[in-house]
Amino acid sequence: MSEILLKIDGKKVKATQGMTILEAAQSVGIFIPTLCHHEKLEPYGGCRICTVEAEIGGRTRLVASCLFPVEQDLIVRTRSEKVDRIRKLILELLLAHAPDAFELKELAKEYGADKDRFEKEASFCIHCGLCVRYCAEVKKKFAVGFVDRGTRKEINFIPEIAAKECWDCKECFPLCPTEALQAAYVLTRALYFPST
Amino acid sequence: MPRLNSPSELEELRKGILSKRDPNKPCITLCSGSACHASGSSDVARSLEEEIKKQGLSDEVEIRKTGCHGFCERGPIIVIHPEEICYLQIKPEDVPEIVSQTIKEKKVIERLLYTDPETNEKIVHESEIPFYKNQKRLVFGSNGNIDPKSIDDYLAIGGYSALARVLSEMTSEEVVEEVKKSNLRGRGGGGFPAGRKWEGSRDAPDETKYVIVNADEGDPGAYMDRSLLEGNPHSILEGLTIGAYAIGSHEGYIYVRQEYPLAVENVNLAIRNAEEYGFLGENILGSGFDFIVKVHQGAGAFVCGESTALMTALEGRAGEPRPKYIRSNVKGLWDKPSVLNNVETWANVPLIINKGADWFNQFGTEKSKGTKIFSLVGKITNTGLVEVPMGTTLRDIIYKIGGGIPGGKRFKAVQTGGPSGGCIPEELLDLEVGFDELTKAGSMMGSGGMIIMDEDTCMVDVSRYFLDFLTDESCGKCVPCREGMRQMLKILTNITLGKGREGDIELLEELAELLSEASLCALGKSAANPFLSTLRYFREEYEAHIKEKRCPALSCKELISFHIDPDKCLACMICGRKCPAGAIIGGKNMIHVIDQDKCTKCGTCFEVCPSRFSAVKKISGEPVPPSIPEEERTIARKSKQK
Amino acid sequence: MDNGRIDQIIDKHKGEASSLIQVLLDIQSENHWLPKEALDRVSEKLEVPLTRIQHIATFYKAFSLVPKGRHEIHICMGTACHVRGAPRVLDAMQELTGIKPGETDLDLKFSLETVNCLGCCALGPVMEIDGKTHGKMTPAGTAGVLKNYE
Repeated sequence: MSEILLKIDGKKVKATQGMTILEAAQSVGIFIPTLCHHEKLEPYGGCRICTVEAEIGGRTRLVASCLFPVEQDLIVRTRSEKVDRIRKLILELLLAHAPDAFELKELAKEYGADKDRFEKEASFCIHCGLCVRYCAEVKKKFAVGFVDRGTRKEINFIPEIAAKECWDCKECFPLCPTEALQAAYVLTRALYFPST
Repeated sequence: MPRLNSPSELEELRKGILSKRDPNKPCITLCSGSACHASGSSDVARSLEEEIKKQGLSDEVEIRKTGCHGFCERGPIIVIHPEEICYLQIKPEDVPEIVSQTIKEKKVIERLLYTDPETNEKIVHESEIPFYKNQKRLVFGSNGNIDPKSIDDYLAIGGYSALARVLSEMTSEEVVEEVKKSNLRGRGGGGFPAGRKWEGSRDAPDETKYVIVNADEGDPGAYMDRSLLEGNPHSILEGLTIGAYAIGSHEGYIYVRQEYPLAVENVNLAIRNAEEYGFLGENILGSGFDFIVKVHQGAGAFVCGESTALMTALEGRAGEPRPKYIRSNVKGLWDKPSVLNNVETWANVPLIINKGADWFNQFGTEKSKGTKIFSLVGKITNTGLVEVPMGTTLRDIIYKIGGGIPGGKRFKAVQTGGPSGGCIPEELLDLEVGFDELTKAGSMMGSGGMIIMDEDTCMVDVSRYFLDFLTDESCGKCVPCREGMRQMLKILTNITLGKGREGDIELLEELAELLSEASLCALGKSAANPFLSTLRYFREEYEAHIKEKRCPALSCKELISFHIDPDKCLACMICGRKCPAGAIIGGKNMIHVIDQDKCTKCGTCFEVCPSRFSAVKKISGEPVPPSIPEEERTIARKSKQK
Repeated sequence: MDNGRIDQIIDKHKGEASSLIQVLLDIQSENHWLPKEALDRVSEKLEVPLTRIQHIATFYKAFSLVPKGRHEIHICMGTACHVRGAPRVLDAMQELTGIKPGETDLDLKFSLETVNCLGCCALGPVMEIDGKTHGKMTPAGTAGVLKNYE
């Protein structure tokens, strides 16, 4: 694996081909916030809060650091006016769904995000996808999945599978940043589990 | 039909087909594209067949059901060859006259001809009609001459000669070079140089590679790809096979919207015919090159027109886009090098091979070569599909070809590029169409949709409409698009309902930045364009909606009121009868008034009030004048003075 | 729809998981909706998880998880039709049928849907019922068109 030299926040970083900016940053202790990332899962690129500035050959673009592969002589800035503006707005949009979520509140302090900027939305789920992906990629049980698309997107348990698997597992529960997952499970159990 | 095993066998067959066709034999071509079909062309076709049979002319006259001719406003269209007499808006009742007068007696029927609106002159020949005369129909022109269900028709106009030449005389590198030299840029929206895309895949060190046709034409108002696929499917197959040879791919996919059943049918038939003749399958024309094509239907998702989402859909998954940090021509379908191009891009390839890159480069501007097919729709006289060289001005397209705005209305804006594009106002009408020129003006070429808007179109509503569309079509994976658009739509809807507030525009601009900079895919990244371009050129409309609760175009239902001008109403009583809400109070010789509490703003009274009175007015941003008292509503009829 | 027919459709597509959407399209087109039993069968035979099928069946507009009416009304809301007044045609249709887009009436007679661009922009506003296109629609004209459908 060839070695790649890049700069993150002014610091010289040695990385290997195939690493993402996020992995390279984490290897030298530079923190980039994430919400949908998990070391056991394939990078998702859904929350976009890990967005950083990446400059190569004089051209700067905004990229998701959890997915962007490192390049030789890449210059990365994990904080800037624009990056901070974007992260603040992402947090404010998500806080409209889950104003009490711990991770969101912590990050909100750092970026000055106002949880009341937008009107409250009905659903807590912030669609980080950790539950769906964990059940598919790690447990391979496929008990919970997505339905529909866009603003109508939701997570949904398959009653027959959940009834068999979830009670003894529940490994996805602590992954949920907002407890929307636990709520969905309880609701499914109450309404749809086949009575045996 | 035995398979053709070499280019020379193909030429033999072509010669044979042509020798059996008499160019002087009368041939009636009838446009049978989807739009004409909806206007009744199949009834006309049946009438024609019956009448020809009735008059005993079945052996002497050919009826050919062709693909879309492009002049959709005036369909069904017939062109009678060899004279090239063009008849418009044909009904089955016209058929007997056409057969006896024009076919038998070679007499032209004046009332069915095109009338030039300025000179009142009748025009006989299709190519002289201003709509067609000002176009350059390099790609689309063949549609009018061939029956898409007949591969022999395609061969008769020289089809598959480019493929034969490529397979027998050119190396794959030479093909890529020629396409690069032509400067062909993608016609689907991105405008990426096709040759460079092909080169990237050709150089990728993978055994398995794919070529894909993006026929998921989702932009509302755009139907060029549909007409090409319906009317000349072999041109796309030929281009695709050439591309496959160039990059070293042996498997191709055509992803078509399921909303285009005729296109699906015709392309499937074309594939079967091509396989039969040996243009697809193993050892094509004896060259040793194998290539097969599969058709996949879309299932109703605009986002699947985005290249990575399309590939995800081909893999049998929900069409969520993937990051393009590694280009899909290196890692695409099933992570293999894949060249995805739009229908029109592929259709240009046989032309470029046959006539050469230098020939192609003579059309267009410096950075945008060749022609582009646009769908000219909306508030325009000549709705249809037009093909012009890049560099033609918007003014020429809209006025010279499009015939201007109907109803004496004023042009307001032309929306290009679909939901990813923007609106271009009157002051920029001399802009020469090209990829970069349109992007500089705040819009984009997109797939070629051109929606004309007039003075009655509210630009705030236009941006709300597109945001509504995109919110419905967003895949929902990333926060900027899903949540950002959700909030933008809320704010814009409130503005059109008269609930706009100070600070709304600034918040919309902030959200637009988030979308443009941080979205996962091009749908999100370009979603703010309609808003940003309408704000750039029509800011006054936004401010009027927010500050004055007024809709300058008199369109937003919640911001307008209907009022009958007491000085103009002559009690014809039509509006009162037609009002579905019973909101109009009036009677014989009584000036009519609208009860604002009952009025549902449906606009029926406005539509039905005879133009000689024009008594119904739309009011916005000011209170409706109070109705004159009942006693004063009697209209004194002027008595006849001797 | 019985399992035998579903198996036939799956075999037609060579039982490949990547043809999942094509298989579902065939079932939808024949049956007019996707019953749960059909989804279970497809999941079993194509060896794909039910969550993936569930996502696809709800992600794509072509599929319906509930029975549809005998006559499907599609009203085009594409930009060209919008600019020519399609929203008012939609309002009129909603009044007439009593249902909103995405709904089916109680007699299972009509299902109403909005679609984005049928590609007949010259005839806008356009409405399609059971595959037949009706062009140049006006709010007043909707009643006349619906009268022809039982």
